[in-house]
Amino acid sequence: MEIGLAHYLTVAAILFTLGIFGIFMNRKNVIIIMMSIELMLLAVNINLVAFSSFLGDLVGQVFTIFVLTVAAAEAAIGLAILVVYFRNRGTIAVEDINMMKG
Amino acid sequence: MYPLIVFLPLIAAVIAGTITLVGAMSTAKEAPHDAHGHHHHGASSADRVAQLVTVAGVVIAFIISIFAFVDVALGGNPVVIELFTWISSGNFDASWALRIDTLTCVMLIVVTGVSSMVHIYSIGYMSHDPDKPRFMAYLSLFTFAMLMLITADNLIQLFFGWEGVGLASYLLIGFWYSKPSASAAAIKAFLVNRVGDFGFALGIFAVYVLFDSVQFDVIFGDAEEVAGTTLMFLGYEFSALEITCFLLFIGAMGKSAQLGLHTWLPDAMEGPTPVSALIHAATMVTAGVFMVARLSPIFEYAETTLMIVTIVGASTAFFAATIGCVQNDIKRVIAYSTCSQLGYMFFACGVSAYSAGVFHLMTHGFFKALLFLGAGSVIHAMSDEQDMRKMGGIAKMVPLTFAVMLIGTLAITGVPGFAGYYSKDLILESAYAAHTGVGMYAFWAGILAALMTSFYSWRLIFLTFFGAPRADERTMAHVHESPAVMTGPLLFLTVGAVFAGWFAKDWFGGGNYEEMLSFWNGALFMAEGHQALEHAHHVPGWVKWAPFFAMITGLSLAIVMYKLVPTLPRTLANTFNGLYRFVLNKWYFDELYDKIFVKPAFALGYGFWKSGDGAIIDGCGPDGVAAVCRNIARRVSAIQSGFVYHYAFAMLIGIAALVSYTIWKMG
Repeated sequence: MEIGLAHYLTVAAILFTLGIFGIFMNRKNVIIIMMSIELMLLAVNINLVAFSSFLGDLVGQVFTIFVLTVAAAEAAIGLAILVVYFRNRGTIAVEDINMMKG
Repeated sequence: MYPLIVFLPLIAAVIAGTITLVGAMSTAKEAPHDAHGHHHHGASSADRVAQLVTVAGVVIAFIISIFAFVDVALGGNPVVIELFTWISSGNFDASWALRIDTLTCVMLIVVTGVSSMVHIYSIGYMSHDPDKPRFMAYLSLFTFAMLMLITADNLIQLFFGWEGVGLASYLLIGFWYSKPSASAAAIKAFLVNRVGDFGFALGIFAVYVLFDSVQFDVIFGDAEEVAGTTLMFLGYEFSALEITCFLLFIGAMGKSAQLGLHTWLPDAMEGPTPVSALIHAATMVTAGVFMVARLSPIFEYAETTLMIVTIVGASTAFFAATIGCVQNDIKRVIAYSTCSQLGYMFFACGVSAYSAGVFHLMTHGFFKALLFLGAGSVIHAMSDEQDMRKMGGIAKMVPLTFAVMLIGTLAITGVPGFAGYYSKDLILESAYAAHTGVGMYAFWAGILAALMTSFYSWRLIFLTFFGAPRADERTMAHVHESPAVMTGPLLFLTVGAVFAGWFAKDWFGGGNYEEMLSFWNGALFMAEGHQALEHAHHVPGWVKWAPFFAMITGLSLAIVMYKLVPTLPRTLANTFNGLYRFVLNKWYFDELYDKIFVKPAFALGYGFWKSGDGAIIDGCGPDGVAAVCRNIARRVSAIQSGFVYHYAFAMLIGIAALVSYTIWKMG
């Protein structure tokens, strides 16, 4: 069986959906939300690389490198925020983070 | 120079009012530092200035008034002084002008004379009150409004003065505004007067419809022509002048506390006693009589209305006298006495004896102010006690007050030689000489009222000054004669109460008829055939003597009941308990009005408040809208859970929706 574009896209879709569910099903930890976001970004990256290879256009792969860079930066900033938040509030449980409640 | 008479009191009122305001502001500032409750009751220098300015204002006005009287009334030089235009719209024209003729001059003497005395008296009477400048300002304001009223040259200006004295009366009745009864009395006086003023205003409108002018000269000139015309009112056709005069008379009834609209006057005694003397005895309440006399040229053509005036006046004279006989509050006795005497003045006007009515107005102004100020002196001496049942036996302790009260009583009961004798006899003789049915009714009502006047006046003297003291020892030990600043005005008024009648009787028709006509110089008008005053001297002898015997009878009754057999009043009251209760409760007028007007008005107001304003307007308006908003907002705010993943979910739903929409659009 030859591995084609459709397979890549299916894997990416599964990863993306897992990311979404990771955000919603999770009640415990903010870090898991960040990991879920990361997962969704990776799903998008797989899409980009798959299409790049399929269409023979390198721009998609270049773009993937950019996304990885930004994702690294975002993870660093997000974790830093979490550390500060934990210092201030003593918790990073998702259920307790609802100060924006109307 | 005459405008000064009117405007000096106004200037004084403004100055005293400014002092009041400045004083109020500085006390408000000092209040935090003044934590010891340290009040000095003596007059401060600001109080002194206010008192001096106001007293000077009216005293100078009084002196000018005397010159005016000599020049205008005795010299026969009536003048109209145009001050400035007030309203000029189309053919409607009303200007500020002072109409100074004999009638105005007589009123000027009474108003400025009594007002000066009351101003001076107030310095002593109000010496314990912290609000002296305010009181003096109100008094001067009242004097200004009253002077505006009597010098009016048109009905609008008259109305201005009319409402001005009403305002001043309201302010002064409610002077001690922290006392609920005083505030209630002030509101009552204002409201009852509104009823009369409504009639008065309608009357002015009717006059304008009929005459196309509110100027007295025009009205008086055209009265005879207009007399025949008719006017539609409330769907019926009336003689135009009759209905106009009747409406105007309703105004006079309100201001002069005549039967039906009298209920405010006794309650007005809540005000300080000098106010009662000035406003509710000598001047303001006589404004109605003055108005009828001033408008005599049109009233003379309204026969039916004159009959109504006579009947109302006579009934009031009788009715108020009956109540005066049983009241226990010294001021209320005098208040009902005032009401009764005003009745005399009105029925004098009703039988076209305007001169006699104004004569009684003048003499009454002196002796009633004297009685009131005397009563004030008694109250002052008795440590603010007003109930005559708790007085007695103070004649020797306050000899001067006793003497002036005695002279006031002699004057009001009509002892020959004193002021009341000339004017009251002239009125009664005129009523008899009118030779009409209502005239006879007025005559007999007047005789009975004279009997009762004598009875209650002497009853007041006996209860207050004679017998064993009924006050407690502390009060009795404190009884003292008033200071000179209070007794001085009393003495002046005593002179008026003794000599005013004798001095002025020839001018007012007590002597030669022609002399009276030349004195009035056209200020009063009597139509052909209205000769009550002319015939007053030709009445049978018993008519002339009747008031005297009525007076003697009343005096004897008072002596029997309050000196010889002191148990008799109680026995009589128990025997005729029903009648006694009826009269003691003022013929149940207040209760009746309470049932007919006050209660339904309350119910209506309560209904409008609860259902109209509360349920409909608030329910559909502010409250309803606010409730709906709050409801929606509560639901919408539930979306704001504060959880990050909810917001993220909303974003995703949004993106999904947008993408679906775009694909569907392109597809």
